[in-house]
Formats: sequence, structure tokens, C-alpha cells
Amino acid sequence: MMSYDPAVYSRILTGLTLGFHIIFATIGVGVPVMIAIAEFLGIKKKDPHYMLLARRWARGFVITVAVGVVTGTSIGLQLNLLWPSFMQIAGQAIALPLFMETFAFFFEAIFLGIYLYTWDRFRNPWIHFSISIPVIIGSSASAFFITIVNAFMNTPQGFKLAGRTIIEIDPLVAMFNPATPTKTAHVLSSAYMTCAFVLSAIAAIALLAGKRHAYYQKALKLTMICGLVFSVATAFIGDLSGKFLAEYQPEKLAAAEWHFETSEQAALVLGGVLGENNEIRYGLKLPYVLSILAFGNPNAVVQGLNDTPEDLRPPLYIHYFFDIMVVIGSLSILLCIAYLWYNRRSRLSQNRMLPRWLLRCIVWSGPLAMLAIECGWIFAEAGRQPWILRGYMKTAEGATTAAHVDWMLLLFSLLYMVLGFTVWFILRRMFRTNTPEEELAKRGMEGGSHV
Amino acid sequence: MNIELIGITVLWIFLYGYLIVASIDFGAGFFSYYSMLTGRKHLVHGIIERYLSPVWEVTNVFLIFFMVGMVGFFPDTAYYLGTTLLIPGSIAIVLLAIRGSYYAFSTYGSRDNKFYTLLYGGSGLLIPASLSIVLTISEGGYIVEHDNQVTLLYGKLFTSSYAWSVVLLALVSVLYISAAFLTYYADKAKDAKAMEVLRGFAIGWSAPTILSSLLVFFAIQNHNPEHFQNMMSLSWMFVLSFLCFLAATYLIWARKRLGSAFLLVMLQFAFAFFGYGAAHLPYIVYPMVSIHESITSPAMGVALIIAFIAGLLLLIPSLYLLMRLFLFNANYVQGKHHK
Repeated sequence: MMSYDPAVYSRILTGLTLGFHIIFATIGVGVPVMIAIAEFLGIKKKDPHYMLLARRWARGFVITVAVGVVTGTSIGLQLNLLWPSFMQIAGQAIALPLFMETFAFFFEAIFLGIYLYTWDRFRNPWIHFSISIPVIIGSSASAFFITIVNAFMNTPQGFKLAGRTIIEIDPLVAMFNPATPTKTAHVLSSAYMTCAFVLSAIAAIALLAGKRHAYYQKALKLTMICGLVFSVATAFIGDLSGKFLAEYQPEKLAAAEWHFETSEQAALVLGGVLGENNEIRYGLKLPYVLSILAFGNPNAVVQGLNDTPEDLRPPLYIHYFFDIMVVIGSLSILLCIAYLWYNRRSRLSQNRMLPRWLLRCIVWSGPLAMLAIECGWIFAEAGRQPWILRGYMKTAEGATTAAHVDWMLLLFSLLYMVLGFTVWFILRRMFRTNTPEEELAKRGMEGGSHV
Repeated sequence: MNIELIGITVLWIFLYGYLIVASIDFGAGFFSYYSMLTGRKHLVHGIIERYLSPVWEVTNVFLIFFMVGMVGFFPDTAYYLGTTLLIPGSIAIVLLAIRGSYYAFSTYGSRDNKFYTLLYGGSGLLIPASLSIVLTISEGGYIVEHDNQVTLLYGKLFTSSYAWSVVLLALVSVLYISAAFLTYYADKAKDAKAMEVLRGFAIGWSAPTILSSLLVFFAIQNHNPEHFQNMMSLSWMFVLSFLCFLAATYLIWARKRLGSAFLLVMLQFAFAFFGYGAAHLPYIVYPMVSIHESITSPAMGVALIIAFIAGLLLLIPSLYLLMRLFLFNANYVQGKHHK
């Protein structure tokens, strides 16, 4: 057992809470978009299948929102409990985006309540659809503002520090720091993307189980097309993020790529292990690619990790997280293209079947996309160690000095385990006991146009 | 008014908002479970669920809002309260998490699951008690600071009559506020049977509420005489609070004008809560943090207040819409188009 160090336990506990929260936060940001798209298509095409899709997604969504809200409350309070010195200083510099995040959440909470309870209330279906717009604005805006807070920790600006007192804050300069554009865009697009794949995985499971209703085909097609659009956008923004890192946080990029010596025509390394003296073994080296990723020019000079003092270097394990994120992202795009190709072919043939291996891959794409979110997040956060406020405050200086953080870690681990299991159990039961076929029959919604 | 006074006033209004909506929410969960145990679930459950379903998510926001604003305006509170509240704060978080999620599980996922109802009903009752510790600590005398290390004196906290009287007040007022509101709501729904059950709860919890308020009064006199003196100079507010209580109890007892009765209950708590808060100034955590040690940057202060106003311009019409659609929509309240 390690010796008691509140800073270490605070890091683990914050990581645990956030790691658990972002699963539900991602769903909270992306799924409303997918629900709205399905409802839009349902009204536009007068197709009850899409309407049912929107309803069923919304029903499961409520359960995940509840966990998202409570774990979000957890992390909100925990920031103060575990990082009091950090909040004393940063809390006021980033008070504005924190505030606006809460407003956005408030706005979303109000309209989500309205949306969920007015399905059959209005004669004109577009009125109900229009309520989904403020829900999307609220959830995406709250992700946007909270990501600004994180961007500020990576590239703090807009204030001066005199001892422990922070002076001359310029709220807008602090908010719109260099990390803001790429971080917020990447968080939003990757959340939309992940939800598209999670929902396509559900449709694929049903198709694999032998269900033949047109409902599932439509669900799969809709989610895979959205998945393609969002994953291409995510890859594009990811490239911009790489260029941001090269300019503002070169040590993070260098650690991610095990790029030690500053050099031009730098190679990108995939996989591999580090030997003694930091030589890379078994890795796949792609010459010039890192220079292109960093500056869009194969001959550009990329700063190496040796230029950063040893005590300010991020941990080298972030390389693996970076790789996993990028590989999953790239495979997702390929998967969507493969799906579209096979879907077109199956349309022309008689039995309209997609190959089972393709469906299996789609089932995997959901959890893998979520894994990519977690990896990307760990990469971004561990990559700015040892700083909590890059250039201003080390992580250990921000942590609480209180006793018993280890016991709190145990308490919260138990809580998240129980919540995780219950959500899984409830969602499964909810959708198994009331199948779409039963629901269609009950609502008299049989039919609808074909795929 | 200077910025710190505007700041603390806005925050106090939000905390008051949380006190009311959270009390209704927590109390409703408890009544739901209690009526299940006593075989009266069919009488009141529909009413409670119809009210809670569209608003449960909104309740949480009030608390987050207060906390974010507190740290934004008065960063020193993050340092003092953050360090000392690790254990009580974490317990409150766990309770909030259990309540919030099991409410959703039992309402949307797994109807009539007794265990889930117990979890959200029971935890709801413990939350006000655990949150009220913050109010206790802010009275001073429970925190010491030396060598840059802030510690909470647990022994002193658990043996303090003041701390226990606050916990007691938090518990009973939650049940009282909730019952008063639900009585009104059941009456609007023209559900006479539910109204009778809930009216019984409201009457039953009225006397304990006022008795425990008196207890807090006495305890504060012993614990922090300076604060008590300040409260005495604002005694008219507490007198008004008591008059509102009498009028509200009379109306509920007489089954008359239950909407006004609930409004009076809100006023009763408003007078007491704002009287208590005003007397506590200028200290936030006595005697370590006062409102004058607030934000060091006027630019941020102004930005926060602008954000507040813009936010309220957005929220007030939305909340109005929410109430029009659910709280004050006769068809919905009477369950005519449920879901």
C-alpha cells in the first residue's frame, strides 16, 4: 500500500470521478442531437419508425442523464474539496465560464423536462420538435463552457499572480485562450461521433440477433451516416489540435510521440515500447508525418522532449493513449465507408443482408468510441503534468492537505460501481421487456416507407 | 451597493431558491416512501410523481449555481470550506448521487421497486442534514488554522448543541415545506383524498418546525453572541416570519386558499433566512472570511454580474414556460395527459 499523500489520492479520485462522468456527459451531449435528427426525419418523411426511434432513445437517455447530473454535481463539488488552493486561485479567473456552464445546464434541464413530457401534447408535431433545439443548445453550450475551463488550465492567460493573490483578471482573455477553439470543437465533435456509434451498436446488436424489421435497418443507416460525418469532422479538428500542441504545448506533443531530439522531417511513431536510454523498439515509424501533423509541412522542425527540463516533462506513457485514440478514430471512418458500400450492394441483391462480420465490427465501434474518448481525455490531462495551471501552479501545490482522501476514494469507487451496474441493469431491462415490434403494434404504427 | 454585497445577495437568493425547491423535492421523496409503507401509496404517489418528474433536474442546478458563484465571488471560501468539508461534503455528494439517480431509476426504469424508493426517499432526508453542516461551520468556532493547515474540529462539532439544533431544523422544515406545497398541489389537482393525507403531514410538521427554530435561536445565543445580537436588531424580520407561519397554518387547517398558504410558508422561510443571513454579514465564515475579501478584480465582478443578468433573462421566461406547462396547467396537474 502506498503511503498517504493527499495529492496522489486527490489525483486518483478526481480522475475516477471524471472518467466515470465523461461516459454520461458524452451521452448527454451527443444523444440529444441524434434524437432530434430522428424526430426531424420522422416528421419530415411522415415515417413512424423514426418517431419511435426518437422516443426510445429519449427514454433510455433519461436514465443516463440522471447519472450524468449526479456525477457532474460530484465533480463540481469535488473540485473545491480536493483542490482548494487551486480553486482559490483559478476559481475566480475562470468564474465566468463556470457560471455560464451552469446557466447552460439550467437551460437544458428546463427544456429537457418539457421535451420529455410533451410528446403527444401538441397537435403540430413541429412544436415538440422545436423544444429539442434548446436542449441541444443547452447541452452543447455547457460542454463548450466547461471545456473552456479546461483549456484555461492548459494555456492560462488573462491574469497576474502576486504570491497567492490573483490580480488584473481579464475575463474574456482568460476565456478565449489559445487552447479554447481546438479543445471545444474536438470535445463536441467527438461526443456527437461517439453517440452515433453507440446507437449504431445497439441497432447492430438487434440485426445480429436476427431481427428483420425495417426499423432496425433505418436506425443503423441513420446512425452510420451521422457517424461518418462526425468522425471525419473529429479527425479534421484533431489535426488542428496537433498543430495547436506543436505551437503552445510542444512538450505534450513530444511526449506523446516519443520525439526526444528536436529535428526536422520528424517521424510519427505508432505503437512500440521504450527501451533503456529511450530508444524505441517495435514501433512503426512514419517519416515526415509528425512534421505534417505539427506544422503542415514535411520539412518543419518539431521541438523534442529533451528541450524541456526533466522535472517539467509529462509522463511518457501518454503515447499509448494518443495512439489508441487516433487508431480508433481512423478505423471508425473506414468502418462507415465499408458499411455504406455493403449497404448499397445489399440493396441491389435479393436478401438485403449485411455481412455478419460488418455488423460485429459495428457492435464494437460503440464501446471503442467511448474508449477513445477516455484515452483522449487521459492523454490531454496527463500530458499537462506536472502542471495544474501550466506555467503557474504544479498539481501537488493545488491539492488539499486534508486527511482521509484515501477513504473518500474508496467511498466513491463503491458509489460508481453501484451506479454503473444499476444503469446497465435498468437499461437492459427497459429495452428487453418492451421491444420496438411490440411498441409499433401497440401504437398502431405499423408500416412506414422502406429504407 | 458595492459588488460584494450584490454578489452575496444574489447568492443568498439562489440558496433560498434551493432551500424551497429542494425541500419540496426531498420531502416528496420521503412522503412517497412513507405512504408506500403505510399502504397509502395509491393516494399520493400520482400527485408526487406528476410534480417531480419534469422538475427534478432543475433542483440540482440551484445548488451548483450557488457553489460556483461562491467560489467566483469569494475564492477564500473555497480554501477554508473546501479543506475542512472533505468528509461531510463527500458524504453529501454520495447522498445527492444516490437520491438523484435512484429517483430516475425508480420513476423511469423500474416502477414499484421498494428498494429504489427507499434509497431515494431515505437519502433525501439525510441530505438537508448533511448540507446544513456548512451553515453550522460558518458560525465559527469549529475550524482552527495553524501552519497553513486548516482543520475541522469534529469532536467539537458533534458535541455542539448548536450543530444538532440546525440539523433538526433542516429535517423538520424540509417535511413541513414539502407537505405544504403538496397539499396545495393536490388541491389544484382536485384530488381530495391525497389532499387530506398531505394536509395531515403539513399540520403535523408545523409545530416541530417552529419549536426547532426557537431551539436554534437559543443555541446561537450561546455559540456566537455577536451574531445573536445582530439578529436581535433585525428582530422585526423574525416576528414577520412567525406571523406568516401562524397565518399559513391557519389556512391549511381550515382547508382554505391553499395557494396563499404555501406562499405564506415561503415568506415565513424568506424572512427567517434573510434575517439570519443579513445578521451574519459581513462574515461568510466567522471570523476568517468576510465579504470584503472578495474578488480582487473589478473586471471579473462586473462580468459575473452581467452574466447573471443575461442568464436570468434567459431562465425566467423558461421557468415560466415550465410552470405554465406543468405546474399551472390544469389538465396536466389532474393527470389528463400524463406522458
